[in-house]
Amino acid sequence: MSHSPLPALERAGLDAWMVRLFDTIEENNLLWLTALTRDCEIAFGDALVDMVPSYTTLMVVFDPTRMPPCEARERLTGVLARLTPVDSGAEGELHELPTWYDTSVGPDLGRVAELSGITVQAVIDAHSYQQYRVFALGFAPGFAFMGLLDEELVCPRLDTPRARVPAGSVAIAGQQTAAYPVVTPGGWNLIGRTSARLFDRNRDGFSLLKMGDRVQFVAVDKATFEDQGGDATPVAREKSQ
Amino acid sequence: MRSAPTPGFRVTRAGPLALLQDAGRFGVRHLGVTQGGPADLHAWAWANHLAGNTWGTPALEITFGGLVLVAERELVIALTGADLGTRLNQKAAPRWQTLSLSAGDTLTFGTPTNGLRAYLAVAGGFSAEPVLGSVACVAREQLGGFDGQGNSVRENDVLPVEDSAPRPAEQTAPESEQPDYQAAVTLDLLPGAQIAAFTGKSLFDAFNAEWTVDQRADRMGVRLTGPKLQCSITSMVSEGISLGAVQVPPDGQPIALLNDRQTIGGYPRLGNLTPLAAGRLAQCLPGQRVRLRAAGTGGALRQHREFLGRFR
Repeated sequence: MSHSPLPALERAGLDAWMVRLFDTIEENNLLWLTALTRDCEIAFGDALVDMVPSYTTLMVVFDPTRMPPCEARERLTGVLARLTPVDSGAEGELHELPTWYDTSVGPDLGRVAELSGITVQAVIDAHSYQQYRVFALGFAPGFAFMGLLDEELVCPRLDTPRARVPAGSVAIAGQQTAAYPVVTPGGWNLIGRTSARLFDRNRDGFSLLKMGDRVQFVAVDKATFEDQGGDATPVAREKSQ
Repeated sequence: MRSAPTPGFRVTRAGPLALLQDAGRFGVRHLGVTQGGPADLHAWAWANHLAGNTWGTPALEITFGGLVLVAERELVIALTGADLGTRLNQKAAPRWQTLSLSAGDTLTFGTPTNGLRAYLAVAGGFSAEPVLGSVACVAREQLGGFDGQGNSVRENDVLPVEDSAPRPAEQTAPESEQPDYQAAVTLDLLPGAQIAAFTGKSLFDAFNAEWTVDQRADRMGVRLTGPKLQCSITSMVSEGISLGAVQVPPDGQPIALLNDRQTIGGYPRLGNLTPLAAGRLAQCLPGQRVRLRAAGTGGALRQHREFLGRFR
């Protein structure tokens, strides 16, 4: 998409710079983005307001009354000149998410199976087989975009998003998978539900998953799901579906 | 030392939207948690200033009107922002100045006659338990507000207020600081990284056409309708979105993203409205016309510093 040399520093308003490191989504991006996030925290100190890492970029938000945008740019240039990726051995924390895969809580299992030309059980096996990485958080508090999915499972979003996706819903779209931390509208294919609490304002860090973490979905039966505090209420059918 | 908060107002009619807002929720955006805070920073800052409060004190953002509040005790307040036809007891309530209320006084917010969002600050500040470091009320995230769950105020709620130390001197905001929100407005925009990907015609249109504020406008963003803008980039890998970003989805109609925007997104952007321009847009009613003007960082930064210098 972009033909300018990378890394690039791009203006994102009066109080933010976008640091663009890559132009494609790769797992190794995380090693560089993690290092960049850590180094910016040190370089900006009290002038740092927020950092928003994503697949290929880090947006650094600072207080322009404490640090003028030109000085912020110089600091970032300095950080980039010295940047080295974190050790690939220092992989993100591994989380196992107990997941009940069932058409009552994952009403798009059938659609995904049909689009993929495999059985529902094969969809479940494929989704829970591999570990995923958290590439970014966004959309809603604690909503982690994870990937990359087995090519077999790649399927488009729903034509009409659901008005209400229950909390805990495990979903796929394109090459990514996610679990909804809270009730929101959503257009991803629902294939199951996890009993894990993904966003808890009383927990240190608030979000179970962080950028760079690894996630393994573990298939459990309904009884285990409910034992672990899962809510088995079926996904309501919506008129437009 | 602070004493416990005491009842300040009783809500006798809730109206459509009245949200508690401090300066916003910061340091948690990497978790997908948005900024929140006042949609119109300028009016919010003046309300607190006139009530004798420091920067960041929680104040009430009243959108559209409809709210009725009864003072539970003597209070010093200030009302700024939109003219929502607000009455203090039977008379029009003065805006942009310090006011003293007695127990039983009633503030009745009507309907918008100039602007969209009014701010009510009370000396000492409204009191609520911070969630993730802030009381900023974000309904979509179920965070903040008086109940911590992101809810607008409800009928029969009692809104607690911190005790204030010395009463602020009576004061009024200078007239130059009291905007006419209905007047033609030109919004300053700092060009962004994708601006060169728009066609020449689209760039001409962006900064010369009149844009109409659409019905689809809320605290997340305001859609503008007008000439269709064309960009050689149709979608991007999702990345952080800063306040005031003006994104252009494939339909060519820009959306200015405000306080409750999603933290990341993947549409190309013209650039960012300055913080004050974003606040000014948040006061526009659907159908109102706005223009965009390319601004330089130096001037925008000077303007922002001057603004903050008054209050911090």
